[in-house]
Amino acid sequence: MDWLNWHNVSLVLDNPATKWVLLAFGLVMPLASILTWMERRQSAMMQDRLGPNRANIGPIKLKGILHFIADAVKMIFKEDFIPGSVHRGLFALAPVLALAPVLIAFAIIPFGPTVYPHELGNVLHSVPLAGEAPNLTDSIRLQIFQVDFGLIFYFAVLTLANYGGTIAGWASYNKWALLGGLRSSSQMMSYEVSMGLALMGTFLVAGSLEPGYITAHGWNSHYSPANPLNWLWLPQLPGLLLFFVAAVAETKRAPFDIPEGEPEIIGYFVEYSGIRWGMFFLAEFIEIVFISSVITVVFFGGYQVPFLDEDGFRFAGTLAALPHWAVVAMQIGAFGAKVFLLCWFQLLVRWTLPRFRADQLMSLGWKLLLPASLAWIMITALGKLILMSAGG
Amino acid sequence: MAHAAHDEPPADHDGPKVLAVHGKVRTIQVARPQAEDVTYLAATKKGIGITLRHFAKNFFLPRRKAADLGKAGGAPAQQAWKNEIETVQYPEERVEYPERFRGLHRLMQRDDGAVRCVACMCCPTVCPAHCITIIPEETGDNGTEKRPAVFEIDELRCVVCGLCVEACPCDAIRMDTGEHAKPVYERGDAIENRESLLARGIRSTAAQGGLGPDWREHAPAKAATPASHTHAPTKKK
Repeated sequence: MDWLNWHNVSLVLDNPATKWVLLAFGLVMPLASILTWMERRQSAMMQDRLGPNRANIGPIKLKGILHFIADAVKMIFKEDFIPGSVHRGLFALAPVLALAPVLIAFAIIPFGPTVYPHELGNVLHSVPLAGEAPNLTDSIRLQIFQVDFGLIFYFAVLTLANYGGTIAGWASYNKWALLGGLRSSSQMMSYEVSMGLALMGTFLVAGSLEPGYITAHGWNSHYSPANPLNWLWLPQLPGLLLFFVAAVAETKRAPFDIPEGEPEIIGYFVEYSGIRWGMFFLAEFIEIVFISSVITVVFFGGYQVPFLDEDGFRFAGTLAALPHWAVVAMQIGAFGAKVFLLCWFQLLVRWTLPRFRADQLMSLGWKLLLPASLAWIMITALGKLILMSAGG
Repeated sequence: MAHAAHDEPPADHDGPKVLAVHGKVRTIQVARPQAEDVTYLAATKKGIGITLRHFAKNFFLPRRKAADLGKAGGAPAQQAWKNEIETVQYPEERVEYPERFRGLHRLMQRDDGAVRCVACMCCPTVCPAHCITIIPEETGDNGTEKRPAVFEIDELRCVVCGLCVEACPCDAIRMDTGEHAKPVYERGDAIENRESLLARGIRSTAAQGGLGPDWREHAPAKAATPASHTHAPTKKK
């Protein structure tokens, strides 16, 4: 049993593949699946209805949360009908193209702090005391892909997800599906621009494109990154608003569900059934989780718990020390809670607003969001310039 | 959308506000979209406020009692601090049906448990859905003469209009069970026959076949209440 030590465990856990599996199956897929139920239940509560509350395994009912299992089983065993006229190869490829990029994009999200396995039971001091330096050689960074162009990677990869919809529309050999695919492309092109520009201000303020760096430092180096006032929502509130609108449009959900367009064209997945349709559906919900993760990481301090530093709660100079494992657990929990709350808010918006018309969508994107994000970059840059020349 | 044009009456009631007149050319004021119309912010904020209020109320407050559901308003004291969900979860919770609710049919019985129906064919004649099938047979009794050998009602075809009950001259068919038509796996199972209809029935106290030709002798003293069936003295056999 010599091989079983923290060093080897760290090697396994620090492997990107291991982390990806943990993230995808531990947080993303469960949350996205539960969202399929939560959307129906939450919309019901907003409309004075009960919603799905009856699925159960024997006496276990959990307010109907098990509906997502019933839905998954149903979709897997449903007939997978493929119309005769479709392009079979591309028809089969499209759902994969829609689902895969969203999961890949999660690689840049830091979903927890760096874990030092040797120190799990100890209080972690930011500045090790001389003579008793802790063994910090083994570390597990809870972020799969740490790279300096982090958020650019997200824009690049998530754009690929749009090919799924467009190819689905084209391969279906159905004019309504094709219209849906085209609408999806045009919407993506219109809103991708403002989405990127809306985040530009945060890059200027934080001084980095790397989500892990933004989370670990905040915008003001004088304060702890765990201070909520040090998170980027404070200096970048208009940027947050612009990014949120553009990102909701990017997920192709109401009020921006023009590609789906249920009353008129059903959308690019009109010819899909069974689990293939389920993959489009799941991709949509994973995009919600992803958008929430990005907003959490960039604007709301990611895994940071308010006033919880690496060694414990620090408030007004006094420290309530906590062991490393408790800090790590609380921080991962905080990340999950923030993402969940933002998902909830997206569902709230989705069930509040009616759909935009296609022309309203375009004019909102090009005439309002784009100039507003450009103006906000200018304001942020000017502000930063003035502060830098004033404060040095 | 908080739009000024909707809230304030126009200055000139005959048309748009005239800013200037140059001969035949008038410069009028038109309603331009305001900033909040273009950004949708005010409307979005208002809408989210409404849905959030409903969500919070329905999420945190307990449900009303099943007995209070379906009643408009309900008793104010009982409705306080309850949410606004009106859904009745049917098999477990039921609302009280009104007295005249028309449910499944039933055939009433004579004192000896025999069917009261005399196969007069009034109900299949009046039935707009043609869902009643009666094949009569002779009883061998000169009093009743006929009875249904087959009495079938296709509950899938029935439109629950209640005309058969109105048409029946001898209180043989009723729709007062308060039960719904049961779900079935095969269409044939939805056809109620004479035995199943009779099994739901009870003894009727009404006089069979009216009061007969000598009804004047049995009628109550006051002619103002004609032919009160329930108080008829004896069955005519």
